[in-house]
Amino acid sequence: MTPEELHDLCTQEQEAAEQYPHHLYVCSSDPKSILAKDLRQEIKKRDKEKTICVHEVGFMGLGAEEPIVRVEPQQVYYQRVGAEDIDALFDSLDSGKSIERLACETLPELLKHQRLVVLDKNDRINPNRIEDYIACGGYQALMRALTEQSPAQVLEEITQSGLRGRGGAGFPTGLKWNLVAKAQGEKKYVVCNADEGDPGAFMDRMILECNPHRVLEGMLLAGYAVGASQGYIYIRAEYPLAIKRLRLAIKQAQRLGLLGHRIGEVGFDFNIELRLGAGAFVCGEETALLGSIAGRRGTPRPRPPYPAERGLWNAPTLINNVETFANIAPIMKHGSAWFANIGTEKSKGTKVFALAGRVTYTGLVEVPMGVPLRDIIFKLGGGIPNHCEFKAVQTGGPSGGCIPAEHLDISVDYDSLAQVGSIMGSGGMIIMDETSCMVDVAKFFMAFCCEESCGKCIPCRVGTSQMYHILQRITNGQGTLYDLELLEELCDVMQNTSLCGLGQTAPNPLLSTLRFFRHEYLAHILDKQCPAKVCKIHKVMEAVS
Amino acid sequence: MNATSVRIVTLKIDDRELSAREDRTILEVARENQLDIPTLCHLDGLSSSGACRLCLVEITGIRRLLPACVTTVGEGMEVYTNTPRIQHYRKLILELLFSERNHVCSVCVSNGQCELQELARKLGVDHVHYPYLMPELPVDASNPRFVVDHNRCILCGRCTRACDEIEGAHTWDMRGRGIETRVITDFSDPWGASSTCTGCGKCVHVCPTGALSEKGRSVAEMVKHKHFMPYLTLMRKEQS
Repeated sequence: MTPEELHDLCTQEQEAAEQYPHHLYVCSSDPKSILAKDLRQEIKKRDKEKTICVHEVGFMGLGAEEPIVRVEPQQVYYQRVGAEDIDALFDSLDSGKSIERLACETLPELLKHQRLVVLDKNDRINPNRIEDYIACGGYQALMRALTEQSPAQVLEEITQSGLRGRGGAGFPTGLKWNLVAKAQGEKKYVVCNADEGDPGAFMDRMILECNPHRVLEGMLLAGYAVGASQGYIYIRAEYPLAIKRLRLAIKQAQRLGLLGHRIGEVGFDFNIELRLGAGAFVCGEETALLGSIAGRRGTPRPRPPYPAERGLWNAPTLINNVETFANIAPIMKHGSAWFANIGTEKSKGTKVFALAGRVTYTGLVEVPMGVPLRDIIFKLGGGIPNHCEFKAVQTGGPSGGCIPAEHLDISVDYDSLAQVGSIMGSGGMIIMDETSCMVDVAKFFMAFCCEESCGKCIPCRVGTSQMYHILQRITNGQGTLYDLELLEELCDVMQNTSLCGLGQTAPNPLLSTLRFFRHEYLAHILDKQCPAKVCKIHKVMEAVS
Repeated sequence: MNATSVRIVTLKIDDRELSAREDRTILEVARENQLDIPTLCHLDGLSSSGACRLCLVEITGIRRLLPACVTTVGEGMEVYTNTPRIQHYRKLILELLFSERNHVCSVCVSNGQCELQELARKLGVDHVHYPYLMPELPVDASNPRFVVDHNRCILCGRCTRACDEIEGAHTWDMRGRGIETRVITDFSDPWGASSTCTGCGKCVHVCPTGALSEKGRSVAEMVKHKHFMPYLTLMRKEQS
């Protein structure tokens, strides 16, 4: 496909859509939902096939109120639309009056506070149709890069944008790309890390399910910039819908000549294959992931050498997270200056967060870096339901920490979060209220790390197990003050001597709760009380006596 | 590799000025110069995995501790192999290892010949202040000549590497994760039923503890010979 053909397809699609006076955008992340099918049947029945067009889209926001229907051009949102509402919906299209009982006022309000870059246009793209992505300007950044820009110019653009890796550590993306581009090697690889495994995090899954092509385009641009011709997406097998849509997306892109040989009729070849993870959290660690792709046991190896130098099959390998790749096409399309204008000085762009736990509106939000944590939880998340009191927010999964109410006003960027003992991580946020026991939360994350430690290095393998047992003792009311000393010592050993990031950061949830909620530990140990009444201390104590 | 393409660098290890080829590891250079760095998973002749974390060293200008067995030397590097900070961590790591499984020396075939025991003595680990986890693990004596006692295994991975890299059989591997990790033969079959095991016994002789031993040995009788490993590696290289 040439750039002209792509442009023609884009206008053709746009013109076809303009034929319809009414558009219904239906969003339901439940793959079993038949609302769109029902709507189409009804259109046929009413003989309105030429006036109403139904689009199934993957993402609109406000997942809790799905299925959501947006009526265009009126820009009216309806929530929790069921089969019984279809008649009313069509009547309102005829009369021009909106249906009050279904009106969704929350979503437009929530969208006002957001800035969509990664999720942009996802509310009008059917993830199963490459034409929808192309109609929204998709693959144009790639075509322009292939025909008008040198790989060095693409590298420069990404470097200038200030984009940092969205997988957790926040390594400057441009720097990483430059390292791979400069590395010596005949064959190079581009790998997309879609092994999202933090409890309560589902950003990457939604990005892949809602708009797989944006990630493919990002990988293509990366391949062009660093000189690779083969890409892999390592995705966990627990995401069947994302896998299905990715497979379809790859096939469609191949069919249109956007993947494969001589892309854009220039001398650029690139192919993408999927590799499925088998359920190991540690395979999200880059060296373990590369080992797993190569068919070995998924255990990390010491770095250096970094994958940029010696990665997949010892070839220079660029490995980025899903959300990082999803940022590439918008940067190339709108320019690095546009991107660098969003966010803070050291954290550019936007970040997608997955809100979970005790918050009114769970689901995905995308905000510029640097917004106050309070706004994310209380404006976008709608605050804590049932008139409960906010207690803490856990960010960054098992590698992150719990941030208490007194730090709610910090700005959400890589550096501010690190200052309060947490990390940005991949973007999971679990919100907790007074019904959560912080010792129990620390125990949950330690149990997770204990189970997911690969078992290779001693500090992580034995340390997580020892810490889990100590936390179990404390939550059973059998802890002592010496146990707190032991915990702190074990945290220190693990942070300083573990082989990979999993072990080095596994103590973080524990350390941050010890720092901000030490009184809860003391209540368990000294008073034999669980302030949140989560731990069944008295039952254990009765059984003992 | 072209011999002239390797540079010689100068570095300091424990304040001693040394020179070495730039492709050597800190561990190799230190040991060549009679500076000992403790290791359990590393063995001359096998690839290094950096798993046991006992060879961690401090390098001036680098905040993280790095494993000497896989970190190559660099020009002007200043390495410290035995600072109080490192000694502290090494002792704790050994203690964690002792707390993990059953390492009661008095009833072990390798008593007196054991690398774990010897290291504990050298580093002054005289007690373990973590609770013993000590799960009950099986002993597989199905092989006619050898025994694997999982209770003594420290998961250093030497047996798996020797079997794969030297013998080429890849009978040994690991299964499970975290604290549940075990060494296995074939697809976790009894050793005696293994169809790939050649019975060469290299795994037994590279094992640092009493986890792998020859049958018929009683307490303290299992003497291991590991010094043939570098020789075998060299021979393999010359043949290929």
